[in-house]
Amino acid sequence: MTAAEPVILPGRGGLFGTLSDVLWRNPRLTLLLMLAPPLLWLGIIYLGSLFALLAQSFFSIDEFSGLIRYEWTLKTYAELLRPSNLDIIVRTVTMAAAVTLASAVVAFPIAYYAARYARGKWKAFFYLGAMLPLWSSYLVKIYAWKLILAKEGILTWIFAKLHLTPVLEAWLSIPVIGGNSLSVSYTGTFIVFVYVWLPYMILPTQAALERVPDSMLEASSDLGGSPAQTFRHVLLPLALPGIIAGSIFTFSLTLGDYIIPQIIGSSRLFIGQAVYAHQGTAGNIPLAAAFTVVPIVIMGLYLWMAKRQGAFDAL
Amino acid sequence: MQTAVAFSQVSRHFGPVRAVDGVDLKIAEGEFFAMLGPSGSGKTTCLRLIAGFEQPTAGHIEIFGETAEGVPPYRRNVNTVFQDYALFPHLSVADNVAYGPMIRGVAKAERMKAAEEALALVQLPGYGARQPGQLSGGQRQRVALARALVNKPKVLLLDEPLGALDLKLREQMQEELKTLQRSLGITFVFVTHDQGEALSMADRVAVFNEGKIMQVGAPEEIYRAPRSRFVADFVGSSNILPPETVERFAGKRAWASLRPESIRLATAGGHAATVLGHSYLGAATRLSVDMDGQRLTLLLPAGATVPATGSQAAIEWNGDDLHLMEDGQ
Repeated sequence: MTAAEPVILPGRGGLFGTLSDVLWRNPRLTLLLMLAPPLLWLGIIYLGSLFALLAQSFFSIDEFSGLIRYEWTLKTYAELLRPSNLDIIVRTVTMAAAVTLASAVVAFPIAYYAARYARGKWKAFFYLGAMLPLWSSYLVKIYAWKLILAKEGILTWIFAKLHLTPVLEAWLSIPVIGGNSLSVSYTGTFIVFVYVWLPYMILPTQAALERVPDSMLEASSDLGGSPAQTFRHVLLPLALPGIIAGSIFTFSLTLGDYIIPQIIGSSRLFIGQAVYAHQGTAGNIPLAAAFTVVPIVIMGLYLWMAKRQGAFDAL
Repeated sequence: MQTAVAFSQVSRHFGPVRAVDGVDLKIAEGEFFAMLGPSGSGKTTCLRLIAGFEQPTAGHIEIFGETAEGVPPYRRNVNTVFQDYALFPHLSVADNVAYGPMIRGVAKAERMKAAEEALALVQLPGYGARQPGQLSGGQRQRVALARALVNKPKVLLLDEPLGALDLKLREQMQEELKTLQRSLGITFVFVTHDQGEALSMADRVAVFNEGKIMQVGAPEEIYRAPRSRFVADFVGSSNILPPETVERFAGKRAWASLRPESIRLATAGGHAATVLGHSYLGAATRLSVDMDGQRLTLLLPAGATVPATGSQAAIEWNGDDLHLMEDGQ
């Protein structure tokens, strides 16, 4: 007979041994220690500065001295409603909505392929393909697009080679979305926005589609649903939370961006550019802050509506 | 009686894998037909071929006399109860059941009435407003059944529908499915790996192995007269005796099957055997013995005296019960 092994092992002792035992006995303490640093960061540095910025929007600027008057007022918000400022808001929101819609339409087939057909190395290739654009500098990509879309650029050349120049010219002659060339038109801004934010739409849509079991689609087909009916009644509702998640990215990123419209597009401002101009040279921090409130309110409304439409029911 | 489903030389290959390999099959209208086999034997693929989720690599399938190849599932008047039930999580129970009628364009009031009737048929009246997530496994199974039956299909396909239920519920559902099938008169094709389920419910059973049908017949026939070692062993785990042993008892060289319940302890005479061990099953006791190097299992009815492990016992059986098989496979 060998010596009996003890059933209960002695404590390991030392600082870490004791600490392990204490943390094991107090799971709440463990959670607190784990969450305190990020919560402090989020609470004080992130949310704190956001509220400091929002508070600025309730101050106003003295039009004669150009100094900020630290009194609570809604005067700055009234300024937002001036036609020139309202124009900026409408332009930005329209662009964000168009970009979101186009991203969803372009992303869906790619995400569908990746979720339902791609296996093994094709799946790896998909992730690489979807993420690769995110690895290179945003500015380089935008300047590359400026060259592609320029009047002397490759796109004009391709249209010429295909004898489709009249089509391009007809498009560019449409008021508002047209212009001298694609690179100075809203169409160009739109194309680049869709390109840059597309990965943010593809990945959540793919994740949502991945969670739809094959049997769900087979059941719809089995019950008489044609592919179009299955898409409309089963696939789309089940993918909607993913598409909404993606649209939150594309919509809010477009609302806030100030670099793309500055490099590609007409000289008319978007919200981001307005914020940049007001907080910089103009020194009108309250108006800049009021402008930043606009996307926050719009996103809040958007999420509220999405929730009411049942977009998150399938979560 | 009309033939509901007919397979002639149907094969379905997935690359080098022959999931279904040259199957001939005829299922009669109004029949409760079971496809029985271990996993990977091709029974589910056969079901999916009838539903239209798979297309045959070779061969010909007819459903009520009409060619089924190339016909998509949504153009077949055949409905499936899926193994995982596949209820739509974003729709209420009533909308799930009314999905088929909704697709066909039936007006809302009318299809809700049909859904309520179908729910009553599966003993779930008044459950329409619930969400599938709020139901238990057994209830989900009934909803899946109602969702298929509401379309009044010509053939109802059931893919291991009772697999996820606990024993008590499974026995209850077996009874109900059988009653339902009798009263509706719909052809049921039922896939299962549980031989007890297949024997107790089906009018006829097809035993599958490695993509082929080993035997088709009524449950009693399959059980009493298995044609091959595989069927004898898979259906009711029989004692399988090799030709050398069989020659001693039946005077003929062939593989034979001897059901455990056919063997009994002899009061006089019999064959000498050594008891290897026993396990208590409640309604019976399973005894394993060694008879001249041949291991045998026998079932003793409850209340019988169980000989001790290691002791000598005499066993006997009726000559008829030793079933000779034509096929050594």
